[in-house]
Amino acid sequence: MQIVVRDQTDLALLKEKAREVRRRILTMVHRANSGHVGGSLSSVEILVALYYRLMRHDPRRPAWPERDRFILSKGHCTPVIYAVLADCGYFPMSDLRTFRRPGSHLQGHPYAPKTPGIEVSTGTLGLGLSTAAGMALGAKLRKQSHRYYVLCGDGEIQEGQIWEAAMFANKYHLDNLIAFVDRNYLQTDGHSEEIMPLDPLLPKWEAFGWRTCEIDGHDFAEIIEAVETAKGAPGKPTLIVARTVKGKGVSFMENVVGWHGTPPTREEYERAMKELEE
Amino acid sequence: MNSTEFKQTRQGYVDALIELALVDPDVVVLDSDVAKATKTCDFEALFPDRFFNCGVQEQNMMCVAAGLALEGFIPFATTFGVFASCRAGDQVRNAIAYPKLNVKIGATHCGISTGGDGASHQANEDIAIMRSFPNMTVLVPGDYEESRLATKAAARFTGPVYLRFGRDKYPVVPEIHDGFAIGKAKLLHEGEDVTIVTTGIMASEGLKAAGILAERGYSARVLHMPTVKPIDTEALLAAARGTRGIVTAEEHSIIGGLGEAVAGFVAEQHPTMVRRVGVRDTFGESGQAQELLDRYGLRAANIVAEALSVLQEY
Repeated sequence: MQIVVRDQTDLALLKEKAREVRRRILTMVHRANSGHVGGSLSSVEILVALYYRLMRHDPRRPAWPERDRFILSKGHCTPVIYAVLADCGYFPMSDLRTFRRPGSHLQGHPYAPKTPGIEVSTGTLGLGLSTAAGMALGAKLRKQSHRYYVLCGDGEIQEGQIWEAAMFANKYHLDNLIAFVDRNYLQTDGHSEEIMPLDPLLPKWEAFGWRTCEIDGHDFAEIIEAVETAKGAPGKPTLIVARTVKGKGVSFMENVVGWHGTPPTREEYERAMKELEE
Repeated sequence: MNSTEFKQTRQGYVDALIELALVDPDVVVLDSDVAKATKTCDFEALFPDRFFNCGVQEQNMMCVAAGLALEGFIPFATTFGVFASCRAGDQVRNAIAYPKLNVKIGATHCGISTGGDGASHQANEDIAIMRSFPNMTVLVPGDYEESRLATKAAARFTGPVYLRFGRDKYPVVPEIHDGFAIGKAKLLHEGEDVTIVTTGIMASEGLKAAGILAERGYSARVLHMPTVKPIDTEALLAAARGTRGIVTAEEHSIIGGLGEAVAGFVAEQHPTMVRRVGVRDTFGESGQAQELLDRYGLRAANIVAEALSVLQEY
């Protein structure tokens, strides 16, 4: 439950944090025998960079008005956000054992009224970016300076509503909105470019009026630099295409379509945990 | 011979929004490129900085409203009923109702009286869809003034509210102007033989039906329910106990609307004959509002026929 003070955080600490988060993701999904491992593992570095380095937030005051907000638009990847929130101290680490169980506040998809630290209830794809845009507009109306960070899946941006939100954020110049696309190229039924082609992503978003950049989504230095640049770019929302590996960190899960929503068996879990030992 | 005044219910909605905005800086209005039709253009003219035209994006608009509610605003997301309930049904369910956000949905052009645009634009299923979502409150006011009162009541209430309005001009019904309490029925006419339960614009037809029944020697109670959810169970129980049967009347499909809400409650609590006046299981068609109300059986005469069949069976 230790909270890493941002100023003292160095890359080694962030990497160690990412390893711990990956282990918790696997344990949570294995224990529940249900949940989404692949897309959680692919976005670990993005969340760790945000929560331990980039975002202004205070786990003791989840409703602090000036906090930066994170919105998990790819709502199925609750294991990664729950692991990070618990580690930050938003709720007890032991709660992770109740993931996807009746009576738990840790629902399969995020439910903001129940879980401290969850800002927006998501689940059906394509809704989170629009909701974040509405929040960002609200902050502009109130002349507040905090920011909104959104994580979309790459499969998710096949939803038409994502492009509605993209137009809206451009119209209202929501430069307090920074969105990541977790570009791992895999979705439930296969490779994204075979299921419903998305490339080229950057020109699409640029045509919709967004500032864009493409980074290695597992490289902390690149994530941090991309966000710091976005913070200094007025007038436009920013879209960061983060190239990632689905199932990152567990050799037999990496780039394998089947690890979207399938829990590991005991044997697979043990092998994975062994790979993620120090 | 008839001096009844006719006014738009959607105008009552927007007039209330303007009144609300004058006193509450958190009230904001969204529309989806139908502002001239929904009348929110009147709001925009006075409060351009608190009006957000989302373009033809009903789905995005509902989620933007959810986001504004999360930041403490009271957003009124406005569009036609078909779009609010069907096109953006997922967004209303998951982004608004599920987390119980303080979003008000202003739906205009509801019911068969939408008229010339035809079935694609006549929301006859929206009450059914909205009342099936947990946490959702469903208000169906009956005329201009009640629409104004309902909109103000919705703003005072914390939580998601669906407000239903029409396109046409509808009769002004002074009997329903005495305040607005969410969840409370209005007793418009006392009676012991049969109860007529109305919602929305059927209030005027219900009152007419009671008059016709009186001429035939029957005393009809008229209970107007501008709140379809939560339904006023106390008033319904009294009606089930105090009269021989119930006739419901709504400008909506008989599937899933007021009629089913009433029938479902009395079947469990005090089994009573219930007959439903509404659009049968069919799509509408183009026509003038008033002729469509005739053609689809949404008149006092239809209520009277059902009331007589109830009375003759018991």
